Amino acid sequence: MYSEAVMDHFRSPRNMGVIEDADGVGEVGNPTCGDMMRITIKVKDDRIEDVKFQTLGCGAAVATSSMVTEMAKGKSLDDASEISNKSVAESLGGLPPNKMHCSNLAADGLHEAIKDYRSRQTAASAT
Amino acid sequence: MDRPIYMDHAATTPVDPVVFQAMEPWLKDSYGNPSTMYTAGLIAAGALERARASIAERIGAQPNEIHFTSGGTESDNWAVKGAADAQQNKGRHLITSTIEHHAVLEPLEFLEKRGFEVTRVPVDNTGMIDPEDVRKAIRPDTVLVSIMHSNNEVGTIQPIAEIGAIVREAGAIFHTDAVQSAGKLPLDVAAMNADLLSLAGHKFYGPKGVGALYIRNRVRITPLMQGGAQERRRRPGTHNMPGIIGMAAALELVTDRMAEEGPRLRGLRNRLWEGMHETIPDIAINGHPTECLDNMLNFRVEGIEGEAMILCLDMNLIGVSSGSACTTGSLDPSHVLLAMGIPAEEAHGSIRLSLGHTNTEADVDYFLEAFPPVVARLRDMSPVYNKPTSRQ
Ligand SMILES: Cc1ncc(COP(=O)(O)O)c(C=O)c1O
Ligand code: FES
Repeated sequence: MYSEAVMDHFRSPRNMGVIEDADGVGEVGNPTCGDMMRITIKVKDDRIEDVKFQTLGCGAAVATSSMVTEMAKGKSLDDASEISNKSVAESLGGLPPNKMHCSNLAADGLHEAIKDYRSRQTAASAT
Repeated sequence: MDRPIYMDHAATTPVDPVVFQAMEPWLKDSYGNPSTMYTAGLIAAGALERARASIAERIGAQPNEIHFTSGGTESDNWAVKGAADAQQNKGRHLITSTIEHHAVLEPLEFLEKRGFEVTRVPVDNTGMIDPEDVRKAIRPDTVLVSIMHSNNEVGTIQPIAEIGAIVREAGAIFHTDAVQSAGKLPLDVAAMNADLLSLAGHKFYGPKGVGALYIRNRVRITPLMQGGAQERRRRPGTHNMPGIIGMAAALELVTDRMAEEGPRLRGLRNRLWEGMHETIPDIAINGHPTECLDNMLNFRVEGIEGEAMILCLDMNLIGVSSGSACTTGSLDPSHVLLAMGIPAEEAHGSIRLSLGHTNTEADVDYFLEAFPPVVARLRDMSPVYNKPTSRQ
């Protein structure tokens, strides 16, 4: 049912965990729907220096989370914001049609984390 | 383990070697069509009628009350649509439960769109129906009640005889889906007060694609198909001889083995549960503590999701399901677990182990070793589970 790339990321997820002193946190999804994801990022010089994920969800949800962290790591915040749900799914060699919605979590979670980082920056510079 | 472990016997079972042996001639030299008039056909017709009589005997029916179909889905569809259609002049109200298989629920939705009314009686948090709820749901225009004998997701066994008696007293037709029960519970259509009863060969070590519908004599039911004289015109189409012979042989086998196999499976199931419960915190059984099929263990694991568990177990060569195999690929949590009042997030985190002839004590040991690390790994990954992942 899943591509080899999906199964590879499911079997050995990259960047799983939490960054304790994260600069940005993104939380998306809802356990009632069976899926939820938390992305934490560490930012240095406008670049994503480190990124980790935690995911509750199916194989597709885990694999897309893992993939999005791999794609985002080292990228500038602007470039990372360009990562789309579609590009994550494509990098995994596609997802079964009924699993496309799971991939929404991953990029959305990353974008939320970046947004959180930026709003913290604005708040900090305002004071 | 040097072989895959199969704990999904509620999805399907392997064909037993004895069954395969019984089928083999009908796939090879004995290919006659039982509807023909010469020797090869007559031999097939004889075997067909012996299979019919054997199945009838094992469920307490007359041979002419057994009708061969293509499986559980067809038997359920035929029972529901056929009985509703044949009785619609008497009334257009139908009753079922919230935990039936989709092969019953969806034909009922089909009828609902065509002007029938359907009442769905609830279950309690163990998946049990209260017969009094069926009694209360019955109206003067109720023509059919369809309630499953044992549930395919959680294994809860319904008080079928009692429900059947209520339906008979009301003068309606009573269908029961016994697809999961054959070989695990004694089946006696008279004691169950059943007018219609569905069976599927592949759930009891017979082949796939063959089933039966018991239709009590004098119960009227409209055929789903037209086009031939087979099954007294009620179910046309050339008989699936290997399938039918195999299903009859399988039902003999499981009925004979039931008294030994039931307690054996119950023992394995209890060991599985006790073993898991000792090592894994925050897990709970979905189902009934006593009125449950011996081979069935459905449970929820807090903080993780079912499909991820299935994939991880598969990496350990263990085959299990979440809910019904036919709805894997649907994103909604199991309708059965939701009907039992289990919150959606816990329903999403449930899996079903269903044991059978292939399972041994060694399988249980292996599972008990493989499963706790799977849970720990997924809980580590989970943003909603922040407790220690094993009992110390
Ligand atoms: C309770 C129940 N009814 C009906 C069916 C459908 O049977 P089949 O797959 O033979 O069509 C199944 C099996 O999935 C079942 O478990
Ligand atoms: S996370 Fe909901 S089905 Fe994939």
